[in-house]
Amino acid sequence: MEFGLVELSRLQFAMTAMYHFLFVPLTLGLSIIVAIMETVYVMTGRPIWRQMTKFWATLFGINFVLGVATGITMEFQFGMNWSYYSHYVGDIFGAPLAIEGLMAFFMEATFVGLMFFGWDKMSKVAHMIVTWLVAIGSNFSALWILIANGWMQNPVGAEFNPDTMRMEMTNFFEVVFNEVAQAKFVHTVSAGYVTASVFVLGVSAWYLLKGRHTELARRSIAIAAAFGLASAFSVVILGDESGYNATHTQKMKLAAIEGMWETQDAPASFTLVGIPDREARETHYAIHIPYAMGLIGTRSLTQEIPGVDQLVAEAGEKIRSGIIAYDALMTIRTERDATPAEVRATFEEHSADLGFAMLLKRYVEDPRQATDEQIAMAADDTVPGVGPLFWAFRIMVGLGFSFIAVMLYFFYRTSFKGMQYPRWALRAAVIIIPAPWIAAELGWFVAEFGRQPWTVDGVLPTALSASHLSITDLLITLAGFVIFYSVLFVIEMSLMIKYIKKGPFMDVEETDAWMERHAARLSSNDPALKPAE
Amino acid sequence: MILHEFMTFEVLRVIWWLLLGVLLIGFALTDGFDMGVGALLPFVGKTDTERRIVINTIGPVWEGNQVWFILGGGAIFAAWPILYAVSFSGFYLAMFLVLAALILRPVGFKYRSKRESARWRNNWDWALFVGGAVPALIFGVAVGNVLQGVPFHITPDLLMPRYDGNAILKLLGLLNPYALLAGVVSLSMLLMHGAAWLGLKTEGVVQQRAQSIGTIAGIVAAVTYALAGLWLAFGIDGFQIVGEVVKDGPSNPLYSEVTRGGSWMQAYSDRPWIAIAPVMAFVGIAMAVMGLRKGKEVSTLLWSKLGITGIISSVGLTMFPFILPSTVDPNSSLTVWDSSSSHLTLFVMLICAIIFMPIILAYTSWVYKVLWGKVTEDELDSNAQSY
Repeated sequence: MEFGLVELSRLQFAMTAMYHFLFVPLTLGLSIIVAIMETVYVMTGRPIWRQMTKFWATLFGINFVLGVATGITMEFQFGMNWSYYSHYVGDIFGAPLAIEGLMAFFMEATFVGLMFFGWDKMSKVAHMIVTWLVAIGSNFSALWILIANGWMQNPVGAEFNPDTMRMEMTNFFEVVFNEVAQAKFVHTVSAGYVTASVFVLGVSAWYLLKGRHTELARRSIAIAAAFGLASAFSVVILGDESGYNATHTQKMKLAAIEGMWETQDAPASFTLVGIPDREARETHYAIHIPYAMGLIGTRSLTQEIPGVDQLVAEAGEKIRSGIIAYDALMTIRTERDATPAEVRATFEEHSADLGFAMLLKRYVEDPRQATDEQIAMAADDTVPGVGPLFWAFRIMVGLGFSFIAVMLYFFYRTSFKGMQYPRWALRAAVIIIPAPWIAAELGWFVAEFGRQPWTVDGVLPTALSASHLSITDLLITLAGFVIFYSVLFVIEMSLMIKYIKKGPFMDVEETDAWMERHAARLSSNDPALKPAE
Repeated sequence: MILHEFMTFEVLRVIWWLLLGVLLIGFALTDGFDMGVGALLPFVGKTDTERRIVINTIGPVWEGNQVWFILGGGAIFAAWPILYAVSFSGFYLAMFLVLAALILRPVGFKYRSKRESARWRNNWDWALFVGGAVPALIFGVAVGNVLQGVPFHITPDLLMPRYDGNAILKLLGLLNPYALLAGVVSLSMLLMHGAAWLGLKTEGVVQQRAQSIGTIAGIVAAVTYALAGLWLAFGIDGFQIVGEVVKDGPSNPLYSEVTRGGSWMQAYSDRPWIAIAPVMAFVGIAMAVMGLRKGKEVSTLLWSKLGITGIISSVGLTMFPFILPSTVDPNSSLTVWDSSSSHLTLFVMLICAIIFMPIILAYTSWVYKVLWGKVTEDELDSNAQSY
């Protein structure tokens, strides 16, 4: 397989997936924030909350539609660009994708129409339920997608079938309750909630700075700060859980993120910053925090975390074991039912390492012909790009902690300082609007780039997974996606900005009239006026 | 997990073949009218208000309808993984065109009326036209190619799908005369369906224009469908499995031997009852065309649905058990018996479908009930969230 084809396929997937994920986090979080606002409206009957619901829902809609549109690409490009992957693991990977459609996306997409068109067609409570169903649907959708992705990181509940030449499901519940998937799910949706909270906070802060729509903005900040604070904690805690999982599921990814070349005596230290150097197998200018890595990674003081060099040596052994499996497999493929029992037994014994033999396909057509040098090169390929991972991870984590600080501050001002915010803080809230998106994209980069050279960890190499297309095919679609998606991005941003500048435009008179009565009530001492509407 | 042993592999494969049909038909019956309406938009709506009425007939429902397509993709992936792998990589550039067109659609609906500019709106109207007409045409072209067989093979050692050749030539190869004829069947059938939907949801001049275009589209659909059938009977070779047919063996397409020859129409003498599908197609279209001419509303849409169901099921029933035949290496052909997921996966997915399909149908029906009635200018003005 040509080198360029795989690289182009990866580029296209990375581009379309990361583009898709520009819209997903806001959908996940804003759907819930809107549903919370509408619930407040239904409970209190105050028009301001209906206006807030409709205003944020308008921005939600502009964002949602591109999430849906770019999601179409995601559903089909496994087959288009990753056909061997689709064949090899579709028996397991396809199931959560299909269930996502059945259980989540159908619900979300069916009710989102009513959410916008149904205000006058049903009762207040019914409409609120519809809004919640959209939010729940979006979040369930993320659950199933992360079960699928979690399986790529930690392929449980499946085994290789030599007759069909693919992985097949052996236990559906293991796939669903995969610890990696569950931690990733909560981490990812929490990141979406933080994104939406920062967005609502930032836009509202801008209104306060401009002195416009202050009632809507102050109430929105209250919701965003409370929801954002809980979510920001959740992101960090579940991120830590993912790291802990990685110590027994994806050791290489963890070692690469840490820039940890040699196995240290337990408990290992955590490298705060440094410059990883792949050639020298060393992280220069490193600042270490003693014990921290051992505690985070193993939650013990005695368990060792293997370094990159040790893992490469282990990969070399697995490649040799995989070659034995590959040899037996080729016999089974030709002899079929006539295969001697001992060959089947040999295959069973080594089949867990079959994927490692497949790593050699990059260097030699038949892995059985591989030289020691080629085996060493393939073993070295199991190390992902340490430098980018090391830095991407640190920036993501730094941003994650900064969101806690921001949300804590605004929560404090909201709760104890009479919802008064200094201008510098409001300006800062506007400036950090893009930060959660950067953190989310870096998170996916760490997860997916850190899984290289595999599409399914230890099972199927990326180089083998791609479709056998021509370079021309790839160049045409890559150019098409770049142009098409860029145009859509410009259009969506311009509409988003237009509607933020426009501010709330629905139910204006009714809300203003209520606001006046409400203000009068608050400032008057007449007890007859006191009970709120 | 032993429960799945209670249903044989063979039965599960047939059920999932049927469910594949159900999903494709579900897609054509629901999102089909969205595509038809999109393709009709510039012709049935002349003023901005008329066009907004047309768009808002499908505004609240297209998103849910489109999930039939997404779910179809997911279900093919889960239940027929090698079909998913071979077909979408084989039809690569055609799929890209479909995706691009389908992406235009949601964006068009949502963004069109967000600015006042006439040029902005007119551009989006043509984008919506492309988003409706192009997929409608390409889906038919794809079916036309599947009936003729597709030039792919599967490598014997690792079972890798291969589809050799130049990118552009591959795309042009898909646009052969028979496939284009099938594309016309598909496009005209969905235009008829879109017209039937507009007949129900609009009134006045828009409704009249839709009904007269729909009448012509229905007649074209019936004629081209008949032509495609005759061509298939006399001009295109079928495929056959040689020797014993193993129905519960491992899903490995290379384990069975296939030859090209005979006619697809052999299916109608082997299983005469399948003639009901083309009969449904012709009756449904004929009644829908009459309904459109007489201005009937609800019944016309139902007849149109029957006609579409007939057309799509006739293709599946004629080809059974073949799903995707290969011209260059017939042994690589994908059939119901050798390209499914494992026994366990099919069972698990069936349970999921049994749980969720009734729920989906229930809430979808409820949503349509809430939205029942004609879309009028007054209604557009009263809801600031209208498209």
